[in-house]
Amino acid sequence: MVSEILIEAQNLTKKYDDFVAVDNIDFQVYRGECCGFLGPNGAGKTTTIKMIHCVLPPASGKLTVAGISVSENPRNIKKMIGVSPQEENLDPDFSVITNLTVYARYFDIPKSEARKRAEAMLKFFQLEEKRDVIIAQLSTGMKRRLILARALINEPQILLLDEPTTGLDPQARHLIWDKVRSLKKSGVTIILTTHYMDEAAELCDRTLIMDNGKIIEEGTPTDLVRKHVGEEVMEVDYDDKAVATINNKFPEARLEIVGDRIQVFATEPHGVFTSFLEDFPTRSATVRNANLEDVFLKLTGRKLRE
Amino acid sequence: MKRSNRVASSFKLPELTYRVWKVWRRNFDVFMKTYKVNFFPPLLEPIFYLLAMGFGLGSFISAVQLGYPYIKFIAPALVSISIMYSAFFECTYGSFVRMYYQKTFDAIITTPISIEEVIAGELFWGATRSLISSSIVLAVVAAFGLISSPLVLLIPIVAFFAGLMFSAIAMCFTALAPNIDFFNYPGFLFITPMFLLSGTFFPLTILPQFMQILAQAVLPLTHTVILARGLMFGNFESTMLLSIVWIGVVTLAFFLLSINQMKKKLIK
Repeated sequence: MVSEILIEAQNLTKKYDDFVAVDNIDFQVYRGECCGFLGPNGAGKTTTIKMIHCVLPPASGKLTVAGISVSENPRNIKKMIGVSPQEENLDPDFSVITNLTVYARYFDIPKSEARKRAEAMLKFFQLEEKRDVIIAQLSTGMKRRLILARALINEPQILLLDEPTTGLDPQARHLIWDKVRSLKKSGVTIILTTHYMDEAAELCDRTLIMDNGKIIEEGTPTDLVRKHVGEEVMEVDYDDKAVATINNKFPEARLEIVGDRIQVFATEPHGVFTSFLEDFPTRSATVRNANLEDVFLKLTGRKLRE
Repeated sequence: MKRSNRVASSFKLPELTYRVWKVWRRNFDVFMKTYKVNFFPPLLEPIFYLLAMGFGLGSFISAVQLGYPYIKFIAPALVSISIMYSAFFECTYGSFVRMYYQKTFDAIITTPISIEEVIAGELFWGATRSLISSSIVLAVVAAFGLISSPLVLLIPIVAFFAGLMFSAIAMCFTALAPNIDFFNYPGFLFITPMFLLSGTFFPLTILPQFMQILAQAVLPLTHTVILARGLMFGNFESTMLLSIVWIGVVTLAFFLLSINQMKKKLIK
């Protein structure tokens, strides 16, 4: 597939005093895709996002958006980007609708056009009933939707979503997923950071996994799962006999002991664990599909980051 | 050009566009939402001062020494103090809340508006607050019959520029502030002494010589009061030109300094 590169980073680095937040990374984002940046807290995802929309200057390296360098013409880049930041920063001094129209004014959108777009956004994000309510009265999910609406007010080509569903209930999360999918369909290029691997698997065409300021792996969610953890995972309660049986039956399989559970990752196709269960009948065993979370934990480890 | 930039790498002239106005407009819109509440303090406060200090304290002070009633002496000081207070509070507590608690600056710099323009917009808004408040005070003072010259119509211009000066000084404190309680220090150590010692409630000439010099050299309110008093009484003196220059230079210096310092604080 030949695609147009929309965002490109070469040797991109960001330092805060002595701390290297983003360490000499290269990546490309293609027009029309949804690209996920995954990584533990402090991996450098948000810093990378902030450099893309020109609010943080890179320490060194090259970063271009639609061929424009972030250090040369930030205004033109910011005009084509919509941002949903990790931290809620809606304007508490204004109502829901005014948040959108005032924001539109920052983009030089004429008043009548701003009003039209704001009303359309409220409809799209099911916020019409909250039109004249002040921000403090919105639920977390509504605030998130309003932030997304605000990010779209300038009709951006690129949408940066920094943890757009953190802290939301499943209903709110699915609504946001629906909207993100429909935006993708309409041709918007999306960069998404998230801690939810199901979200990344659901929405992203391609994911980049970051850790300690570096990109350590990249690929489509399915490819990454196949490459790093295989097809199926079996989990069994820890038991010396079980370990012995597994080692005996699946000498190739990767074994991981997490707390009092054993995880077995097999690269063979589905169904390989059936024979284990025949020899070792236990009710504690579960077999499930391998997923992106397995990949994530394998690559970034289980150590807590904060 | 390149070289001079490198020499002054930590200090740059801000590139400001018409977008400064959009930041100003945001604050104006918020102000207008609650304008009735906002108009009250500048309306009531001078009335209390005029009653307590003008009529009350003033009755102990012989009009012979001044050549006119004491209440007339403090009227321009009240206008000047409102210029100082409104700008100072707007660009310390007000700006800090918008920057730190509300994350309003973060939201705005995601749009084509730059951080320099955000800060400049805040400064011009602070100046506008000074203009609004002092105009209300002026109206109160006029209602008390304390104005004797049409030159008083120039006071709003002084209010805007002196307000810009106080805003820029305040913004430098905001750039330094690790938290909102920090503003108690400039409040006690800078604003209160100025409130009392800038030729506000008694003529500077009563002070010891070195304090007179000090008040004129470092206290911005001194020069604001000199201009307000001159315009209100209708006697334009040459010392007023010095005050105009003083305010101009200090305003420009702190305008540039505050934008640079805030940028350094916010864009790491």
